[in-house]
Amino acid sequence: MLKIHQLHKSYPIGDSSLHVLKGIDLSVKEGEMVAIMGSSGSGKSTLLNIIGMLDEADEGEYILDGLPIKDLTEKKAAVYRNKFLGFIFQSFNLINYKTALENVALPLYYQGMKRAERQELAMFHLEKVGLTDWAKHLPKELSGGQNQRVAIARALAANPKLLLADEPTGALDTKTSYEIMAFIQQLNDEGKTILMVTHEEDIANMCKRIVRLRDGIIMEDTKVTQVRAEQYV
Amino acid sequence: MIKFLLEKDTWQEVFDSLSKNKLRSILTMVGVWWGILLLIGLLGSAKGVENNFNTRFQNYATNSLFIFSGTTTIPFKGYQEGRRIKLKLDDVEKIKKNVIGVEYVLPSLRGQITASRKTLSGGFGLNGEFPFRDALAKKNLLWGRYINQNDINDRKKVIVISEDVYKQLFEKGEYPIGKLIKVDNLNFIVIGVFEVVNVGGPPIEADMPFTTFQQVYNRGNDIDVLTITGDADFDINQLDADVKLLLKNIHDIHPDDNRALNGFNLGDRFEQLTGFIVGMQFLTWFVGIATLIAGVFAIGGILLISVKERTKEIGIRRALGATPYLVKRQIIVEAVAISLISGLLGIISGGLILILVNKFVGQGEDAFMRNPSVSIGMVFFALLIVILLGTLIGLIPAFKATSVKPIDALREE
Repeated sequence: MLKIHQLHKSYPIGDSSLHVLKGIDLSVKEGEMVAIMGSSGSGKSTLLNIIGMLDEADEGEYILDGLPIKDLTEKKAAVYRNKFLGFIFQSFNLINYKTALENVALPLYYQGMKRAERQELAMFHLEKVGLTDWAKHLPKELSGGQNQRVAIARALAANPKLLLADEPTGALDTKTSYEIMAFIQQLNDEGKTILMVTHEEDIANMCKRIVRLRDGIIMEDTKVTQVRAEQYV
Repeated sequence: MIKFLLEKDTWQEVFDSLSKNKLRSILTMVGVWWGILLLIGLLGSAKGVENNFNTRFQNYATNSLFIFSGTTTIPFKGYQEGRRIKLKLDDVEKIKKNVIGVEYVLPSLRGQITASRKTLSGGFGLNGEFPFRDALAKKNLLWGRYINQNDINDRKKVIVISEDVYKQLFEKGEYPIGKLIKVDNLNFIVIGVFEVVNVGGPPIEADMPFTTFQQVYNRGNDIDVLTITGDADFDINQLDADVKLLLKNIHDIHPDDNRALNGFNLGDRFEQLTGFIVGMQFLTWFVGIATLIAGVFAIGGILLISVKERTKEIGIRRALGATPYLVKRQIIVEAVAISLISGLLGIISGGLILILVNKFVGQGEDAFMRNPSVSIGMVFFALLIVILLGTLIGLIPAFKATSVKPIDALREE
């Protein structure tokens, strides 16, 4: 599903440059649920951004579902993001003047789907995250956990191959975090491939594989026994 | 693109983002609204003034000139200065014979009279005229007829009065034709009442046959005013100079004495007024368009701020699959929509203002303007300018919005 070979990335800082990723090799199969861990500055977010085509590598190979991701124009990157990827952010990144339903429908709008069809599909996904009754509410009228569920519904709306989550529980309390994790686990059970950045051990242990980064290289890549989140809910 | 403009989604997006921040939208719109309001208001008023001039001049041959006698200011041929010049009836024939380009020469007499009827009386200006006056300066008769050749031949004691005189001497609604009025103690029959149209010079309040005037006031061969019209394609200023030169010769006036013969020509006045109107229209367009441009720039500025404010939102949209083209298009459509809405509001309020202007200063005989209005063509032109400028100015924030990398946009708080 995803293959990364000798990926390098550095950022210019003044006259010198900061080498953030120093040759990453990673491959993820379909149906996996991977946690990328590391302290801040380890390069985990940069890696996720490159995988999410929000940023570009300086060097190395990145193949997504057999498609080499290289020298993309902004337009092509936008189309690929829309087609292949679903994003879940720490701060939800919902558009604050749009209702839950409209937020979920947004990726479909950019796909060029017709309004009625779009609304129906968005409603279906909202129902999946249990927010049917909140469809007409604005993000500010929802709790953190509810907002993150709207964000998950939005990430799922375009039926992406890969879900990318950047600290999805970072802004939530423990109980809500586990609820969200239980939900993400359920998506994984249904076959979605999930890549998640986190720095919390308990959250990472709810994935099936943990990749640890330090100073731009992978230190450890182990399969773990998944801790189910439902038991804490 | 056309399909995109017809889709409900497009406008829903625009509406959402504009109604999200009402204050910002309203402030943005004020600029363009004001510009269009000024443009429509000024253009309409200019048109009103123009209409007014046109109405006032429509009854006059614009290639006519008036000459009346004055007093000399330079001694000449043994005459002292301060001599009162008297134009004579035979000047008419001399002018006709000697000046090229003359079409008609019409003499008139002028005087001040006291007119009365029953218990009502008043002082008025009186003209002694030939019937042909009516052809040169068309009198709009409310009742009756103008002086005719019989009146001239028989020196009839008849009089044509202006509306103003009628109002002073008659009861409201009273039929004046055939009634007698006393003019300086002689009875005259009223044969017509004309509308007052004034284009300078002393007000004309009543006309009587030239010959009657001559006899009653014992004027001999004197005349007071010469009305001269030129051939259609003849320069009226040249004619003016030629006629004056001839009259100066006849009456022994120093060639440089400009006070001995007074007068004005309508062509000159008409040109001045036309020039004034053209200048006014130019100024109006200039002010209006300049204000409009300022307004559109204000839209550009505020959209730029709003794009900066919405960096994160735009980052999110791009993460979700909005291509730079879609983002730009959205922002330009917002700019155009906001310009267009404010432009339309400007047109509507400008139109209302013109209606009010018309109601308060556009009514009655002495109205400063008549039917102030703008043509549909001008309205469309103004809207076209607004759309064009809106699009151009929208390009700036549009490119600004997509110049940030989506990853940086997402990091923005």
